[in-house]
Amino acid sequence: MLSKIVEDTAVELLRISATELPVEYVREMNKLMKNTKGATGRAQLKSILDDVSIARENKWPMCQDTGVVAFMIKLGDKFPIRSQLNELLIKATRRATEEIPIRPNAVDMLKGNTNDNTGAYVPIIYWELVPGNELEIIAMPKGGGSTNVANNRMLKPGLGMKGVKQFVIEAVAAAGSQGCPPYFVGVGIGGSEDLCMVLAKKALLKPFKVRNSDSKIAAIEEELLGKVNELGIGAMGLGEGPTVLDLHIEMAARHPASLPVGIVISCWALRHAKATIGPRGGVKIDKSA
Amino acid sequence: MEYYLKTPVPEAEIRKLKVGDVVYVTGTVITARDEAHSKALDLYEKGEKLPVDFKGAGVFHCGPIMRKADKGWEVVAAGPTTSTRMEIFEDKFIEAFRPALIIGKGGMGDRTMKACQRFGCVYTAFTGGAALLGAKGIKKVKSVYWLEELGMPECLWVYETQDFGPLIVSIDTYGGNLTADVAKTVNANRDRLLAEMK
Repeated sequence: MLSKIVEDTAVELLRISATELPVEYVREMNKLMKNTKGATGRAQLKSILDDVSIARENKWPMCQDTGVVAFMIKLGDKFPIRSQLNELLIKATRRATEEIPIRPNAVDMLKGNTNDNTGAYVPIIYWELVPGNELEIIAMPKGGGSTNVANNRMLKPGLGMKGVKQFVIEAVAAAGSQGCPPYFVGVGIGGSEDLCMVLAKKALLKPFKVRNSDSKIAAIEEELLGKVNELGIGAMGLGEGPTVLDLHIEMAARHPASLPVGIVISCWALRHAKATIGPRGGVKIDKSA
Repeated sequence: MEYYLKTPVPEAEIRKLKVGDVVYVTGTVITARDEAHSKALDLYEKGEKLPVDFKGAGVFHCGPIMRKADKGWEVVAAGPTTSTRMEIFEDKFIEAFRPALIIGKGGMGDRTMKACQRFGCVYTAFTGGAALLGAKGIKKVKSVYWLEELGMPECLWVYETQDFGPLIVSIDTYGGNLTADVAKTVNANRDRLLAEMK
């Protein structure tokens, strides 16, 4: 049954994201470890790589903070299941909590931990309606440490792109050692106070090391990636090794009087996995970065 | 320098450690996050006894994933949580309970640094997120306290460890604070980058 396939696939995506770090990130950290001068920085990267390999081998979560669960959905308008999806994703989250297991991370301010990773507005689901008969699900659980160092600022439009770039430098410097560097940085520019944050979060999942299709934005990404690495935060904030592994920008049009900028940071464990489900239940899983 | 420590770690051994040293701990390591710190200090102030003895042991800023197996509790994943949240009471905690090491991530501030200096304790950094490497160093779950009241991430898990680490000493008993030093450098770099920005 198609609904069972969707639910099972969502559970599987949560399992993959918690337990298998995309190999592209692993390769990059391995390369950077070899280039890191300083035993402290190398030891941090080695601990990360050892941890990731134990996780992959045993299908155990690489970090005890398995995050708040989020799904990014692209729903084809001719995919047979539509309004029922919300409920299926909630069910999948509950099952994943038991089956993987992942840590219960949904807290109701008045009643306490819900113990199953679901609650009001959680799992967080981002919907996009697209033409076609397929369903795309991306699972993206995100931990608390790096979530706490996100940043949002409404700049004066007169500050322009220079102001945006300065804010990125400030935000990464402020994150410092707190969110488990080396980081991934997503920058959302324009839109509105909320849209810039969503764009920043989605920017984290743009293909690893692939620059923006707009050459001007691509150049800014390159420039910023170089500059944030000059900050010298280093692996785990101990001053040695890489500070940021990748940085992506997503840009929206803005109000003439507003320049909203959102910055969302991920720890080294940028966990995500994608599946495409066909109308007859064929499932393609994509674990790439 | 690399050190293999056994708990209870004598104060003299802790006072040998310097910022940047690598430490592995064998013996008792007890998890304690925000709520456990707060509850332990409340009990201390009321003059009541704690169910565990932190003296000479490791205090681990960690909210683990645990699993109940037939033979008792097992660790699934146990990496450090962000330590700065505990800065508000770690100095009092060190003074009251005299642990040998604090284990966490992200570094701690001046108050903790001063308490380390005064009472012979070090703050050590375990690689954030490396929860399975953490679990690998834990040989046995000896006991658990306050589980019902505080829940799995916040309660006191008493672990028996074998060469738990590597831990990087980032606050020593000489006033050294590695993450604070790095933050100073980062801020100087930030100011330069901001000034140069076109």
